[in-house]
Amino acid sequence: MLEVKGVNSAYGRAHILYDLSLSAKRGEVVVLLGRNGAGKSTTLKTLIGLVRPLAGEISFDGRRIERLEPYQIARLGLGYVPEERRIFTDLSVMENLEVGRQAPRAGAPQWTPAKLFRLFPNLAGMRERPGARMSGGEQQMLTIARTLMGNPSAILLDEPSEGLAPVIVEQMAKTILELKQEGLCVLLSEQNLHFANLVADRAYIIEKGHIRYQGTMAELAADGQVRATYLSV
Amino acid sequence: MQYAPSRLGRGNALPGTPQQKSIEPHLSLSAFLVQLLNGLASASSLFLVAAGLSIIFGVTRIVNFAHGSLYMLGTYIAYSLVKVFGGGMLGFWGGVLCAGIAVGLFGALVERLLLRRLYHAPELLQLLATFALVLIIRDFALWTWGAEDLLGPRAPGLGGAIDIAGRQFPEYDLLLIALGPLVLGLLWLLLTRTRWGTLVRAATEDREMAGALGVNQAWLFTSVFALGSFLAGLGGAIQIPREPAVLTMDLTILSDVFVVVVVGGMGSIPGAFLAAVIIGVLKAMCIGIGIGNVSALGIDFSFSKLTLVVEFIVMAVVLVIRPWGLLGRQQSIPRGAASVEPPLYLPPPALLKGLAAALLMLALLPLFSDRYTLVLLTDILVFALFAVSLHFIMGPAGMHSFGHAAYFGLGAYAAALLFKHAVPMEAALLLAPLVGGLGALVFGWFCVRLSGVYLAMLTLAFAQIAWSVVYQWDAFTGGSNGLVGIWPANWLASKTAFYYLALALCAGGVILLWRIVFSPFGYALRAGRDSPLRADAIGIDVRRQQWLGFALAGVLAGLAGAVHAFSKGSISPDTLSIPRSVDGLVMVLMGGIQTLTGAVAGAALFTWLQDSIARQTEFWRALLGGIILFLVLAFPQGIAGFIRERWDARKDAE
Repeated sequence: MLEVKGVNSAYGRAHILYDLSLSAKRGEVVVLLGRNGAGKSTTLKTLIGLVRPLAGEISFDGRRIERLEPYQIARLGLGYVPEERRIFTDLSVMENLEVGRQAPRAGAPQWTPAKLFRLFPNLAGMRERPGARMSGGEQQMLTIARTLMGNPSAILLDEPSEGLAPVIVEQMAKTILELKQEGLCVLLSEQNLHFANLVADRAYIIEKGHIRYQGTMAELAADGQVRATYLSV
Repeated sequence: MQYAPSRLGRGNALPGTPQQKSIEPHLSLSAFLVQLLNGLASASSLFLVAAGLSIIFGVTRIVNFAHGSLYMLGTYIAYSLVKVFGGGMLGFWGGVLCAGIAVGLFGALVERLLLRRLYHAPELLQLLATFALVLIIRDFALWTWGAEDLLGPRAPGLGGAIDIAGRQFPEYDLLLIALGPLVLGLLWLLLTRTRWGTLVRAATEDREMAGALGVNQAWLFTSVFALGSFLAGLGGAIQIPREPAVLTMDLTILSDVFVVVVVGGMGSIPGAFLAAVIIGVLKAMCIGIGIGNVSALGIDFSFSKLTLVVEFIVMAVVLVIRPWGLLGRQQSIPRGAASVEPPLYLPPPALLKGLAAALLMLALLPLFSDRYTLVLLTDILVFALFAVSLHFIMGPAGMHSFGHAAYFGLGAYAAALLFKHAVPMEAALLLAPLVGGLGALVFGWFCVRLSGVYLAMLTLAFAQIAWSVVYQWDAFTGGSNGLVGIWPANWLASKTAFYYLALALCAGGVILLWRIVFSPFGYALRAGRDSPLRADAIGIDVRRQQWLGFALAGVLAGLAGAVHAFSKGSISPDTLSIPRSVDGLVMVLMGGIQTLTGAVAGAALFTWLQDSIARQTEFWRALLGGIILFLVLAFPQGIAGFIRERWDARKDAE
């Protein structure tokens, strides 16, 4: 579903990603693990087109997307949930959802506000509340719900557990598994191995812009050496 | 350069007022009422234009200098259409509406063909492009409609006047009063009740995120530009029975709507309405009270003189108290658009050698060049210093000033006035820069409390206030006539001697500023620009540094002004007018704001172009605008930036 081959990305003169390759299948949850500054966010931004790669190929659903604009990529059914949430604070919950709305897509689950409110019951009680007056956890749910309104077939989640209370983190894990049930392909970036263990099928470990490891979560759990080298603080 | 003779004639912007001429000095209740209604009527048109500017800025972050030109086009096109359609009910209103639509389409076209190419360029370059449009549209109007003022017919059925407390008030103005709130309501519905409006508000806040959610920005930008231009055109079209179409109305309305938008809060439509009402009414009141002179402390003071600046005073006060306007909110740095300034490197030895050679050539030039060239070169030197002093605060200090001519003009007037009051020329030349610096110290104290476009607008406001004082204080500054007979001392009387003086002072000033860019003070300024929080945290008082930087730039702009005054022998209020400030901006941006030497290159090119083109054709503005557009599109990084890129590329290849 999502295929990345030999991608290099840079901000100006700062080279961030080196020959990065990874893939994710439909109905699969793949986690990109790594420390702060390893290049996780840049990887996701490159996939959605916010950072244009210097070299490499990115295919989504069988189509090359590395030269497309973010809105074109989003319209192909690739959803993106940024790390900083980036809720439209002037807009109400319903309006935030409206911005994300796209036409239904064949082969992808279809979302309506009503269906999203079942997934995120907290949001149901604050339809008219402006984004500025929501808590961090509520914003995190809204940002995911907003992306789902585009009826994506795959979704990129940038550190969804970051800065959330433990009870919300658990809820987030449940949500991701529900998305997987719906048949979505989920690629998330994480620093939190515990959270990754709850949701992911496979993991890539990224360090200084290079992929250093890939394997199933079970394999990673068995490999104390890798965890110690790349993930321990 | 004189784009507009001046901001004359705002007094007759309100044709409803002539009957006030006969009233007694103090304002009677009925006169007050009529002025209030008058103000509300002007506020409507002001609001339409300002709302358009505000929406465009909100989504695209473009400060559209051509917005006033769109307004002017609206007036002219409506005038022609109504003439063709006939003055009947359908003809008049059809003409007005079609004029708005035509301007809207024109705006969409400009966005697609021109501005779209510049979205990835530095933001200020878009401003330069829209300014080039101002020049082109001005000459287009001159070519199409001629230089005569054109007053449209009265609106059918609304040509009369009604009686309000014994005074006549035009019926048409009553209609305008109703139009403002009507458009406000429609815009509000459009922005809050439609998907398009939701997308516009989302993109205003975070257009990159909107894009990542599948919103096509290009389409959104075009439609926003079309709507904003339509509003400007309509605002102009509805004026035809009230105000004649004149070629200078583009910049006149532009400064008015800038003020309205900033006072209301950039991007806030209700704010624009509130501000338009406040400013429209205040202006009308000043005209109304203007007949009576107030005598205080032995100085006769006329309120009508205030009409030229009242809005700028309001703006200065509002921005000091509420830095983001009445209903605006603190501006977050627009995501995805925030460009990190590339570092300024110490000039490489090759460049230093080149500069030294250029300096030597300039020093030897009088040996084999004619008088005319020397005069032109003196001008170039003066404007090079002016542009470098502007670049100093815009580039390294990151403060975009739209009113830098104020300090140039203060220096020029200080030099002239000191000279006129029997101070020797040499001493006047030395003292004048300090006056420029003092002005910058006072204005800068307010300006450094703001940032971004608000700071730019406040600098513009101060420049306008300074201009207005100079323009109206006949007894001291010579008013609109300016001052004449400001000649250099005898030993500097020859063009060659004066050229050497200008070379020494201006090149010296430029080198001083360049040196300071690489001093600890210069580094502190750049730190404050790139990361104010971080700079604060490591112990830099960012505001103080910016303030001092502002004042220093004022001193050197003042020096440039003083040299200019003595080189020309006379000065007029134009030396500190808005067009002069814009000239400075054009020079800096044409040269390339991210380079050290760009401002000098820009000043040289611009001064030379102006001098040579102005003698070629009546339509020199359009030609100049065309050249600016070409430069912007061909060299978005500026001339010096372009040369540096080539240089780097060649070195990389080796």
